[in-house]
Amino acid sequence: MNQVESTRQINDSIHSWVKPNSRVLDLGCGDGRLLAQLQKDLDIRGYGLEIDPDSINQCLAKGVNVVEQDLNKGMANFADDSFDTVIMTQALQAMRFPHLVLDEMLRIGTQCVITFPNFGHWKARAYLTLRGRMPVTKQLTYQWYDTPNIHFFTYSDFEALCRERNIKILRKQFVGEHFLDRQLKNLWPNLFAETAVYHLSK
Amino acid sequence: MTSDTSASSVGVVTAEKILIETPLTLACGVVLPSHELMVETYGTLNADKSNALLICHALSGSHHAAGVYADDEKPGWWDAYIGPGKPMDSNRFFVVSLNNIGSCFGSTGPTTINPESGKPWGAKFPVLRARDWVESQRLLMEHLGIQCWAAVIGGSLGGMQAMRWALEYPDKLANSIVIASSMKLTAQNIAFNELARRAIQSDPDFCEGNYLENNKSPRRGLALARMIGHVTYLSDELMGQKFGRELRSGTFEQGEAAPIEFQIESYLNYQGEKFSGDFDANAYILITKMLDYFDLSREYQNDPVQAFSHANCDFLVVAFSSDWRFSPKRSREITDALIAAGKNVSFAEIDSDQGHDAFLLPNPRYEQVLGSYLSKVADKLEGAA
Repeated sequence: MNQVESTRQINDSIHSWVKPNSRVLDLGCGDGRLLAQLQKDLDIRGYGLEIDPDSINQCLAKGVNVVEQDLNKGMANFADDSFDTVIMTQALQAMRFPHLVLDEMLRIGTQCVITFPNFGHWKARAYLTLRGRMPVTKQLTYQWYDTPNIHFFTYSDFEALCRERNIKILRKQFVGEHFLDRQLKNLWPNLFAETAVYHLSK
Repeated sequence: MTSDTSASSVGVVTAEKILIETPLTLACGVVLPSHELMVETYGTLNADKSNALLICHALSGSHHAAGVYADDEKPGWWDAYIGPGKPMDSNRFFVVSLNNIGSCFGSTGPTTINPESGKPWGAKFPVLRARDWVESQRLLMEHLGIQCWAAVIGGSLGGMQAMRWALEYPDKLANSIVIASSMKLTAQNIAFNELARRAIQSDPDFCEGNYLENNKSPRRGLALARMIGHVTYLSDELMGQKFGRELRSGTFEQGEAAPIEFQIESYLNYQGEKFSGDFDANAYILITKMLDYFDLSREYQNDPVQAFSHANCDFLVVAFSSDWRFSPKRSREITDALIAAGKNVSFAEIDSDQGHDAFLLPNPRYEQVLGSYLSKVADKLEGAA
């Protein structure tokens, strides 16, 4: 299994959790690929928030609604429950205050979908344990000093935060590329899931 | 109407005076039995007449938005963005640019003859609202046989027209592109406009607006009005960079008594002087009032979301970081209201130190944003044809 395949798996989960014709807000939407797919397949009314000029341009060229907005400056411009689903893929670890972003997502959306790299994955653990250096892997490609990923957390950390803040976990899915991961990711996700996909509500 | 002189310019253009014979009922109740509009077009209208872009000018704009005249090399005011291969691509779109009524570049306005009196309208030209410009543009649209604009585009007051179009004629435009604009002016903004009007009215040659029949011209007042406006259209940073405290004449050396003139003084005086020769004082008063009176959601219970719920088109909203006259905040309000109303909208805040004037000036990112959005619009049209 390769990265394309795992991305497809993540997108399949998101597709199955988003209702047709619903309102979707994608935080840190990148080039708008996910929203374009959801628009095409489920006829959603989607908006992406993004700050990178090139990504914004790619969204515009695709005909995906994109709004230039810095998530770290808050989302007070969106009303409570104004979206059916608020999505954030692979960006929570780059937020200044992930717990506050999570609260905001659940305020704005009836349900939320979040994906994040699991820092508890065995590869990251092995890297740190054996080399004594911060992991630089296929998923976490940056050096410690230039990484946009300023919070590293594990699947277990995330679930603890959800419990603390009374966030309901409706569904979750674990994705791994390695053969070992695919066998064991559901049995021991904190060690074998490279990426976690969560479906949350208040 | 056009012939090529270079790859990225629409080339030499000529304006056409179009007589609109359908009576136009203005918001103030006055009926203009007919009116004339100066119009330029660039590109070719396609067979199903679906590729037309309407350009809405701002306070001091004209129909001359792109290309050059045979006897004048100065390109149109939006030449950076209209032309072959440019964001408003004349190879793909039929671009329509007009001078709106109440202005002073040949369309019916304070400087043209009031058929009832046989004299120039002057200060008696009826009070206008942005919706009157939209209404007149709709009559032009009929005249051109266009059913639906591919997009209505404008900056500042032009953006107000683009929004008003979306509410008044939701099925007559596919896209509304609102640049450096606002749903209504702030008190500070109205205050600047009143300063400008007062400057004009204080000129003894203003003659209460009847300067034309008295063979006078309130040029000093109009120049001062423009100088005030000009300062507000630029940013502090840009003025600092461009002029700083550089002197144009004189010196601060001991023993020197020659008068001192800063570069910025000289620049502003030149701009004011130039403008006062090109523009009409009554038109300036009329159009600044139009800006002040505009309030998108006044008749929608002051609720922008309710107002925009009447729109059917898609929107692109653009703002510039250093624009303090129509700040990015105002554009975000437009965007938020559109999202809440469930309309398709994209928003970009372009990094620029050029203040409000940025919407007229070359800027690579602005160009990309407009270009990406409009090329998608053209793709859709060409795919459907």
